[in-house]
Amino acid sequence: MDSLNDFLWAYQDLIYGLGTNAILALSMYAVLQLNQLSLGQAAFMGVGAYVGALLSLHTGLPFALVLAAAAAVPAALALLIGGPSLRLSGVHLAIATIGLGEVLRVAYVNTPALGGAMGLSGIPERAGFAAIYGLLAAVLAGLVLAARSKIGRACEAIREDEDAARAMGIDVTAYKIAWLAVSAALAGLAGALNAHYSSFIGPGEYGFDTAVSILSFAILGGIATPFGPVAGAVVLTALPEVLRPLHDFRLVVNGLIIVGVVLFLPRGLLGFRMRRTGGLSGPARGATRRV
Amino acid sequence: MFLQQLFNALVLGSVYALFALGFTLTFGVLRVINLLYGFYFAAGAFAALAAVQRLGLGLAAAGLAGAAVAGLLGVACDGLLLTRLRRTRAPELSSLIVTLGGVLLMNSLMQSLFGAGVRRFPVTPLTDRVLSLGPVSATPVQLVIVAAVPAAVAALFALLGRTRLGAAIRAVAERPETAAMMGVNVGALLALVSFVSAFLAGGAGVLIGVNFNAVQPYMGEAMMLRGFAVIVIGGLGDIRGALAAGLGLGFLEVMTAGYLSSELKDAVPFACLILALWLRPAGLFGLAAARRA
Repeated sequence: MDSLNDFLWAYQDLIYGLGTNAILALSMYAVLQLNQLSLGQAAFMGVGAYVGALLSLHTGLPFALVLAAAAAVPAALALLIGGPSLRLSGVHLAIATIGLGEVLRVAYVNTPALGGAMGLSGIPERAGFAAIYGLLAAVLAGLVLAARSKIGRACEAIREDEDAARAMGIDVTAYKIAWLAVSAALAGLAGALNAHYSSFIGPGEYGFDTAVSILSFAILGGIATPFGPVAGAVVLTALPEVLRPLHDFRLVVNGLIIVGVVLFLPRGLLGFRMRRTGGLSGPARGATRRV
Repeated sequence: MFLQQLFNALVLGSVYALFALGFTLTFGVLRVINLLYGFYFAAGAFAALAAVQRLGLGLAAAGLAGAAVAGLLGVACDGLLLTRLRRTRAPELSSLIVTLGGVLLMNSLMQSLFGAGVRRFPVTPLTDRVLSLGPVSATPVQLVIVAAVPAAVAALFALLGRTRLGAAIRAVAERPETAAMMGVNVGALLALVSFVSAFLAGGAGVLIGVNFNAVQPYMGEAMMLRGFAVIVIGGLGDIRGALAAGLGLGFLEVMTAGYLSSELKDAVPFACLILALWLRPAGLFGLAAARRA
């Protein structure tokens, strides 16, 4: 009986982890679709986790408001950190966010109110299957609708050629700012959900390695549609469970996947293009179409 | 006391500048933000340590050997990871992501092979003797560090500004296709630039490893953030900017640790980086924008 219970517990963590990792992968998709690379997704996730945990521990706010705050704070932080780099080229956002996780880790460890090196424990388990997968479905649906609409077309135009997109009258900077905020909010949401089912968070969980893992979800699945990152997250979250003997080399495998996919599979596993409302899609048909 | 702090700042800033020189050179010529840079840094230190322990080389010879090994690794990694992307004209971001995967791969491989523990160089008079120069005390290694940076900068400027080879490198940086049509062997030049910049990274790794007498697989990761801060503050691709920013950052960090708090020290590079992006995105001397346009 004990082993069965253990198995169910482990299984539950895996199922919840799949859901939150899928949201994290979508948060990466939100910026990558504009050719912007954020290496601060783990840090934003951590901010969401700490904000959510503190609110649940010290206030009686309803869970929905806690989640909203856990999404809003990282979004504001992202605009503060990443705002200036958005006017520059795509690599600048990566540069601006690469150190954020480490700086925040030092801040968590040195702040007694945030639990110091011990982290925060005893967080009420308010996130269940319905909350995690309901939010994942809502986020996925929202992103798919956005991708199929005018917004998605604009994003693709920006990704392919920023100057041309600007010349077409697309407000490139506004798109980048909005999507960076969405991206950080999603990461914060995932962090808060994670904190509310694992009941413990620590300062060391939101570092560079986590940021790169989140990136590898999106890279493996490809960013042609929102389904790609979700598929990548599912594969890479389930993989370590399957390949348990490898666990010391997990990061090696992650690195290999990133290198291999970028070099040999640049569109990712699910590289098909999004079908748009209005029927026509693809460059060849788009070219002949009169607008 | 203040003079001693000032000297420490000079040592630290020199290492940052040395590390960032090759980093910014890579970007200026190869147009790649190569995150493997931190790996070259650690690899140089490990190779030098192996040369001392296994081959019994002296510290100076081992240091040069370590930097050279890092240089060769640089050429190999560039060839394996980036040549293909360059050929297919993949977007800038792809090469950044591929080196990100590469650094994760190499760092975790190094950790599984060598363990996460700190290794030390054997004690020699070069590292252990303390010289008193008036109010300041320094080890010979620190003096080597302070001397190495002006030497490296002078050599780089002489190479880039005064030789045919340098003219070819600048031509490739400006417009690789045109340079190739003028008879420049672009592939060989890119390999050479990879070697030189990884050599500088490896050399910085050796000097830091000897100075603090601590070598470990992840030593490059902490350095990367500082390297980023230095090259962005200095302006991407701007060698003089990197020099000034490296010295300045070393100064701020040492003064923060000395007079405010040592916990705050680690936040200094990040704060400077964000401020630079807000206030001077084109770099200290404003050269990055001119290049980009």
